[in-house]
Amino acid sequence: MCGIIGFIDKTKSPMDGSKIKAALSLMNERGSGDGAGYVAYGIYPDYADCYALHVFFDNMVEPKTKVDEILHRWGTVVHQEEIPTVEQPGLKRVHTPWRYFFKPFDDMIGGKVGSEKDIIKHIVMEVNASIDGALVFSSGKNMGVFKASGWPEEVADFYRIEDYEGYIWLAHNRYPTNSPGWWGGAHPFNLLDWSVVHNGEITSYGTNQRYVEGYGYKCTLLTDTEVVAYLFDLLGRQHELPTKTVVKALAPPFWDEIDRMPPAEEELHRAIRLTYGSALMNGPFAIVVASNEGIVGFTDRIKLRPLVVGENGDKLYISSEESAIRVLDPEVKNIRTPRAGEPIIGRFNA
Amino acid sequence: MSLGSIPPKYKVTIDREQCMDCGRCIENCSYGTFRREGDKILIQSRKCTGCLRCVSMCPRDAISLTENPVDYRSHPLWTREAREDIIKQARSGKIILAGMGNASNLPSIFDRLLLDACQVTNPSIDPLREPMELRTYIGKKPSKLEFKKTEAGDVELATKLAPNLKLETPIMIGHMSYGAISLNAHLSMAKAAKETGTFMGTGEGGLHRELYPYQGNMIVQVASGRFGVNVDYLERGAAIEIKIGQGAKPGIGGHLPGEKVSAEVSRTRMIPLGSDAISPAPHHDIYSIEDLVQLVRSLKEATEWKKPVFVKIAAVHNVAAIAAGIARSSADAVVIDGSRGGTGAAPKVFRDHVGIPIEGAIASVDQKLREQGTRNEVSVIASGGIRNSADLAKSIALGADAVYIGTAALISMGCRVCGNCYRGLCPWGIATQRQDLVDRLDPEQGARQVSNLIHAWTLELSELMGAAGINSIESMRGNRDRLRGYMLDEGILEVLDVKNAGA
Ligand code: SF4
Ligand code: SF4
Repeated sequence: MCGIIGFIDKTKSPMDGSKIKAALSLMNERGSGDGAGYVAYGIYPDYADCYALHVFFDNMVEPKTKVDEILHRWGTVVHQEEIPTVEQPGLKRVHTPWRYFFKPFDDMIGGKVGSEKDIIKHIVMEVNASIDGALVFSSGKNMGVFKASGWPEEVADFYRIEDYEGYIWLAHNRYPTNSPGWWGGAHPFNLLDWSVVHNGEITSYGTNQRYVEGYGYKCTLLTDTEVVAYLFDLLGRQHELPTKTVVKALAPPFWDEIDRMPPAEEELHRAIRLTYGSALMNGPFAIVVASNEGIVGFTDRIKLRPLVVGENGDKLYISSEESAIRVLDPEVKNIRTPRAGEPIIGRFNA
Repeated sequence: MSLGSIPPKYKVTIDREQCMDCGRCIENCSYGTFRREGDKILIQSRKCTGCLRCVSMCPRDAISLTENPVDYRSHPLWTREAREDIIKQARSGKIILAGMGNASNLPSIFDRLLLDACQVTNPSIDPLREPMELRTYIGKKPSKLEFKKTEAGDVELATKLAPNLKLETPIMIGHMSYGAISLNAHLSMAKAAKETGTFMGTGEGGLHRELYPYQGNMIVQVASGRFGVNVDYLERGAAIEIKIGQGAKPGIGGHLPGEKVSAEVSRTRMIPLGSDAISPAPHHDIYSIEDLVQLVRSLKEATEWKKPVFVKIAAVHNVAAIAAGIARSSADAVVIDGSRGGTGAAPKVFRDHVGIPIEGAIASVDQKLREQGTRNEVSVIASGGIRNSADLAKSIALGADAVYIGTAALISMGCRVCGNCYRGLCPWGIATQRQDLVDRLDPEQGARQVSNLIHAWTLELSELMGAAGINSIESMRGNRDRLRGYMLDEGILEVLDVKNAGA
């Protein structure tokens, strides 16, 4: 089960979080009250050149001191604060959500750490794998993830989602079946600018996990979805593959189709499968990934999970259900269901 | 003789009521168990190897064969075998030879690994109705793809792929040389490899003319003896394999007794008629990884960098580090042969006591290559005791790209694992060069049986993958998450990096 929804305004006109909350709540049948979450892009214009690190702290003493130490080693904290929340009757508060606006030092770049983003990736992996009681769950620029164990409305009200205005939104309503329902396991999963919402199960997880771990990613969140964020970071950012190619690596055409392609295309697709076979994802899934460049949605190769797309001018919607899209935008047009493995890409106008 | 003789291992009896006196048992037993004396068929049970040829060919089901009741006082430590080996060696003063794979009573790790299947939330895939992809490419892969912009502004692939073997199923047939086995056995397997879209190894025996039509599906081998190796031979193979070691006998070379070196074998292997073909334990030009690199590169140079080069090693304690070295040597694939691998002839003590099981070897090689960032660039082939499609699936889940089968292919042609291959009298026409015995194996029929086996395992592998919700072999490879250990100790589970059943 699980319900997902994604929205982009290609002109970067912002939308507040109230509609996305309503659309997600419409899919409550797809959830179990064990987790919901939202991510919005463009929400921190005042700190647009800082990395916004959202961290769950179990307590504000020991884990926070350790995280502060790591951050001070790698850069400057420009501003930090508790993420504003409002207690909800049905939502049990387990962690304190905190945010840092952080700038890495330029002179820490060198060797295997080739860029600012490598520093952030390293910090996220180190905190999540080695500090008990601290979990970085969002680490991109001018964006932020908000998630918890609870129903969509409760989580939205807890974080006052309607107070944020973003030009990309993703949201997720969770029905966990293969991992525990806990705050860290709620979607979206994020690393740097990449945020992922997912409906399904990744049966190739063992292979994908071993693959990304070879590149220094540590899978610590007890659920298969986090590996998707790492695969996008590895293939999209580090290997610099175009988004379409990343999707073709994760959900490639069948060999039968590849064999029938014209030579240049055949060679390309064969090369993708040979090189990125371990990144291929199997199992039933529908996924929407956002980054600072736009959003992309796609399903598994035989389409075992639903995904619906709708458009209205510069707005693109991707969701598990048409009805959820209609809540966001009653005027929506061009509603369609993409083919298995077909990437649906929404980018900002140049 | 103060030691007396060893009691016979098998007891052969003929039900005289049933017997029609046709004499087929006499004809079929190349070991001379049966003979006629007057109007009676006499049996010498001592000569029986348990190859079961007579039982299979008797039209009246008149023959029964049992393991002889133990004549020794039973003892948990001083087993019958332990005592018999001592008696044999007390008599001969020689190394005891044995054929086929490890026959000691060690538990199989494969049997204590369980595969996964999905229920409800994650639908299983029905291979009859949905595509199931087992196609596997063996060879070097780039670690990442590079693209360039054309003048028109389009993006174009800049990476050139290295030559790879395209397998329609991840099952290949391992190297068994012409000489050790018969031409008809080779022909059967070669035809089957072609028909099923896979590959077979020539072994270190050169390539017989009659196999030329199948050369596109053959992997030629370069072993320490360099028998039958010249440029023509290298060019005929689809890939080249350097054999450093073999699972059944790590650390020692090969030995083909002179009796098996017939005129054809002598011509194909490029050795004198009737002479023993002894490949030394080491390659005499390889004493370091640098030397291996040179050989890999010279073989590539000799074939204009058009063919993948594999390196085969036996699974030994340090196998992961060795494989990591090989991965960096320009080799395109590393073949790991586990301690249950078969052989024509090996000193028994090596066969049963040297090396490690393939399960642990594959897991640790896969792990090491990942740590070093080279796993995606080199293929890993597992061999040594793959008995069924479950072993195949488990090998892949532990990290292999494909497997080599050897003994299983022989069994599909008739072999009953009697373990007497080194004597050259194989009654099934497999491990022999005696023409009348060789003729017993019809290459067409043999090919059908081998390809049936490969086909059947391929179907079963698709079903296993479908049950686990996986429709491409790439997602099975190294997928330890789809395995659980049952009654394996913590140490082994750690090496395998597999969770316990129920976890
Ligand atoms: S093959 Fe069977 S029936 Fe024929 S002689 Fe031997 S035991 Fe008798
Ligand atoms: S190949 Fe022949 S001799 Fe060797 S084990 Fe099999 S049946 Fe016996």
